Amino acid sequence: MGDGVNPYVPILVMMAFAAAFAVISVGAGAFVGPRRYNRTKLDAYECGIQPSPHAVGGGRFPVKYYLVAMLFIIFDIESVFLIPFAVSFDRMGLFALAEMVMFIGTVFVAYAYVWRRGGLEWD
Amino acid sequence: MSALLISGSGPALAIPVLAQLPAEIQFTAPSFDYRALAPMLVVFGAALLGVLVEAFVPRRSRFVVQVVLTTVALAGALAAVVLQAATSDPVQTAGVLQSSGSVLGAVVVDRVTLFLQGTILALSILACLTMAERTVDEGGPFTPQASAVPGSPAEVAARRAGLLQSEVFPLLLFSVGGMMLFPASGDLLTMFIALEVLSLPLYLLAGMARRRRLLSQEASLKYFLLGAFSSAFFLYGTAMLYGFAGTVRLDGIAGAVTGVGGVAVLQKDGLLLLGVTMVLVGLLFKIGAAPFHLWTPDVYQGAPTPVTGFMAACTKVAAFGALLRFLYVAAYGIRWDWMPMMWGVAILTVIVGSVIAIVQTDVKRMLAYSSIAHAGFLLIGVLAMDRSGITGVLFYLAAYGFSTIGAFALVTIVRDSSEEGVAGGEATHLSQWAGLGRRHPVTAGVFTLFLLAFAGIPLTSGFMGKFAVFSAAVANGAWVLALVGVLASAVAAFFYIRVIVLMYFTEPTGSEAVVEAPGIGTTFAIMLSAVITLILGLAPSLLLDSATAASVFLP
Repeated sequence: MGDGVNPYVPILVMMAFAAAFAVISVGAGAFVGPRRYNRTKLDAYECGIQPSPHAVGGGRFPVKYYLVAMLFIIFDIESVFLIPFAVSFDRMGLFALAEMVMFIGTVFVAYAYVWRRGGLEWD
Repeated sequence: MSALLISGSGPALAIPVLAQLPAEIQFTAPSFDYRALAPMLVVFGAALLGVLVEAFVPRRSRFVVQVVLTTVALAGALAAVVLQAATSDPVQTAGVLQSSGSVLGAVVVDRVTLFLQGTILALSILACLTMAERTVDEGGPFTPQASAVPGSPAEVAARRAGLLQSEVFPLLLFSVGGMMLFPASGDLLTMFIALEVLSLPLYLLAGMARRRRLLSQEASLKYFLLGAFSSAFFLYGTAMLYGFAGTVRLDGIAGAVTGVGGVAVLQKDGLLLLGVTMVLVGLLFKIGAAPFHLWTPDVYQGAPTPVTGFMAACTKVAAFGALLRFLYVAAYGIRWDWMPMMWGVAILTVIVGSVIAIVQTDVKRMLAYSSIAHAGFLLIGVLAMDRSGITGVLFYLAAYGFSTIGAFALVTIVRDSSEEGVAGGEATHLSQWAGLGRRHPVTAGVFTLFLLAFAGIPLTSGFMGKFAVFSAAVANGAWVLALVGVLASAVAAFFYIRVIVLMYFTEPTGSEAVVEAPGIGTTFAIMLSAVITLILGLAPSLLLDSATAASVFLP
């Protein structure tokens, strides 16, 4: 930032640009965009659940999907951390191995909890 | 070889996957000061153990095991913190009391950290005892199943099936661990992780109330969505500060602000200003300062009352610790830029908290607005920008924390009068508290003590806390803030005293609340909070001295 330039000016300009961008993008879509309504537009996107006719029982989801999703995230995150470790574990020596075993241990605590409390049983 | 050959119709493409580290990067193992980390390791270890208890201990003994494990772990961590504070050597460099080292600068355990961690642990022991309450209401404050009506056959069946919510204790421990890490963070990424670790269990705990399920679920969802929003602000600000300073470490950012080698070259930069502002938005959300306070009343009202007490007391301690560290260590060099904004926030917070609390008709909502006002008073202490300010804030946090835990624990035992032998829900509407002073003088008396402490009446801890922060502000030229604070205190005193008048001098009109005899845990929590509120008012030097000794940040 050069001398004499108030540092708040660029911030205000950027905020103005951001606001203008948001307003123009949304507004332009409303004004310029074509409106061709048809049956397909009312469908659920890709694999979503059909909104009508109304589902039996108020359209409740089984909580099992949620549990599976949570389990997926647990192991997903684990592998995200395991891959960089696997690439360079030879340089980091015993320290990194010990840390990784501790990390996997904590993930398995969660796994043991899910297993014992019936999170893996579908029925 | 880290190349993968893909054979196809065209020439074989060599796509480098899993690129190896460049040869020049040397890995050095970080050093851990396990002594400094011991309290946090104890809490996190116990939390993991608590999850295993949930998995492997038989249902009947699970609850008892969890309560014992949680209390012992928190007490052990508290002992470790006290031991460390007592034995750490003061280092004489410029009066800095250095206690101990860090993990690659990610965790800084100085005297401020130890004071705050000790406060958080002491408060969370009391919170744990109130959460374990089963005498007032056999089902306890937490629901065994999301859709079960209290006292219904469905709920009894859920409880028989072992769906008892003893998970609240590991969740509590995880949250406490995050709170201990939050003010100890030496860089913004650690601070963010601590923020998430403390917040995520709280989102869950807020939704577990056994009665008024919809209110509780609404509280949980609101808290989660707004909390996620504020976390995004915090993270965005962190990214900008990294862009400015090239590091996320607080001392590194401070160095980049003041220039290399302490040369006073103030590099004002859009990234710096925006980054500081956004990190502050994230932190101010957690402390519940206006205009980021709107979640507070709904969440405090909807969450199970023991959780509300825990949230109101401990989150505030942890978040103010992190705010202090960020402002005093990282952003100190550009304080003239953010101070006007923070002045505005402080003034707005005390006014909003004090004025809107007047029209509340629900005890928990009233205490929520009161906590917003207290966040404003604490901000006035923060803005003193010197050692006396830190001292005042530390003392105020401890004093306010104990009164808050006690007040919310007391709300849990004032119940609707329902049919014989079965405790009703909590009587949170203020009109139900009318005449409580005549029917239950001890309960009303203790609640009066807490209210007087909140109002800042002399001989209570609240007065000493307010005196400490206001005098620090006046001594550093922020007398306008102190004046606004005193005026707001006067307004706030009105609605505290209105409740006292209601309890003692008003005839009950509609349904009367009854006081259920609490179990030993809740009784202990209320009584200890009341005693500490009194002692800190009568002999504040007991804690003020250690707060003064603790009030220097280790950069």
